[in-house]
Amino acid sequence: MGAKMVEFNGWDMPVEYSSSGGIIAEHMAVRTGVGIFDVSHMGDIRLSGRDALAAVQHISMNDASRLAIGQAHYSALLYPQGTFVDDVIVHRLAEDDYLLVINAGTREKDFDWVRDNTSRFDCKVENLSDDFTQIAIQGPKGVNLLQKLTDADLSAVKFYWVVRGTVCGLKNILIARTGYSAEDGFEIYVPAEGATSAMVWNRVLEAGKEFGAVACGLGARNTLRLEGSLSLYGHEISDTINVWEAGLGRFCKMEKPEFIGRAALEKAKALGMKRTLVGLEMVERGIARERYKVLDNDGREIGYVTSGSPAPFLKKNIALAYVPPEFATVGSTVKVEIRGQGVKAQVVLTPFYKRPRKT
Amino acid sequence: MPYPTDFKYTKEHEWIKADGKGASIGITSHAQDSLGDIVFVELPKAGAEITKGKVFGSVESVKAVSDLYAPASGTVTEVNGELATAPEKINKDAHSAWMIKVTLKDPGELTSLLSAADYEKFVAEEGGN
Repeated sequence: MGAKMVEFNGWDMPVEYSSSGGIIAEHMAVRTGVGIFDVSHMGDIRLSGRDALAAVQHISMNDASRLAIGQAHYSALLYPQGTFVDDVIVHRLAEDDYLLVINAGTREKDFDWVRDNTSRFDCKVENLSDDFTQIAIQGPKGVNLLQKLTDADLSAVKFYWVVRGTVCGLKNILIARTGYSAEDGFEIYVPAEGATSAMVWNRVLEAGKEFGAVACGLGARNTLRLEGSLSLYGHEISDTINVWEAGLGRFCKMEKPEFIGRAALEKAKALGMKRTLVGLEMVERGIARERYKVLDNDGREIGYVTSGSPAPFLKKNIALAYVPPEFATVGSTVKVEIRGQGVKAQVVLTPFYKRPRKT
Repeated sequence: MPYPTDFKYTKEHEWIKADGKGASIGITSHAQDSLGDIVFVELPKAGAEITKGKVFGSVESVKAVSDLYAPASGTVTEVNGELATAPEKINKDAHSAWMIKVTLKDPGELTSLLSAADYEKFVAEEGGN
């Protein structure tokens, strides 16, 4: 395959595939056609049983009682301080059956945390991380590609819904219309057994040929999610950043009477924010990178960059950064310190990129 | 990608091609391949002094920033302005996409650098990184 590998949270992961033409080509394929990602490093936790909903409600900030069977939503697991254990996708698979998809680097921590915090509920907690290989098929042509390989009617699956179907001859495969690319797409969960997952991967690539599908690595995964302003654990969200600061309040349902972190978030809301996540677009020549300092126009340090990169589709240099709220006004300018120099950047609306809506 | 035998190489993956006191400097094919899509280069201005082993600029790909180390000391006489708008030329042909031209302070400094064969061996031993 000619993949360049890198260690990512203990996993050997492809950063980019030479055969696909590198990060920019992979990124563009997802925006205009379809790209395929091996995301088997993601973890999976299943909560099932009589009290499964109550357990999910207790440990996550979104309101899982609103999920219909077959529906999914973005949520997060919080510490009592209102900061992040991790962000998750919660899928409701059946009446009392929920699947939490979590990040690679936090798999063990997340599982222990979920198990410890749900022990008083009548609910089974299983770590299925090693049972599934997750393959993401992302891009506007993803639906056409996957439809060739499954009997499930994908046109009936809405964004953030999940169905089961036969995929590449494998029965009862979970097919979710989700992803991390700010594009339409699907994530399928196939048995992790080596030969099976390799067979599916190869058949997906083969079926994608007519759509110009390419294999995509972590590099494009990162630039795609950054254009869509999607948070990455350890960057925009962490155990020291709270929900309000991260700008994820719309996924945090304070009308829920109880969940871990709620009390602290109520207090934090009353106190007001010291910092907030903003989108930056470089005005002068330079690329902002993670951990670079953000300066005000007089050169005083006011914050830091959480993620920064050239944006291959937008063809701009963009970044996400934490700054005090008084510097968060869209249209105002700040500086990013790049190799000792203050380089001008403008605060812009996020997400940087929104996929075109179908007409 | 063959490594020209009339170039000398550093362990930091720069090449230098000297002709008497004049020399051009760039990065190797292996370097551009490791970096991936190159999107930005920062180079000194003509007239600037560079010092062997010291940083004289940087090159950025989509995913990473990498410093450029001077293979020899000297004075910059010319900068490849084309790379400011078309840095991808380095990916296309790293060994012809020179970055700067310099007047060498001491051409003798080059004898400590790697030959093409030594550099290829070094890259192979480094495990492709």
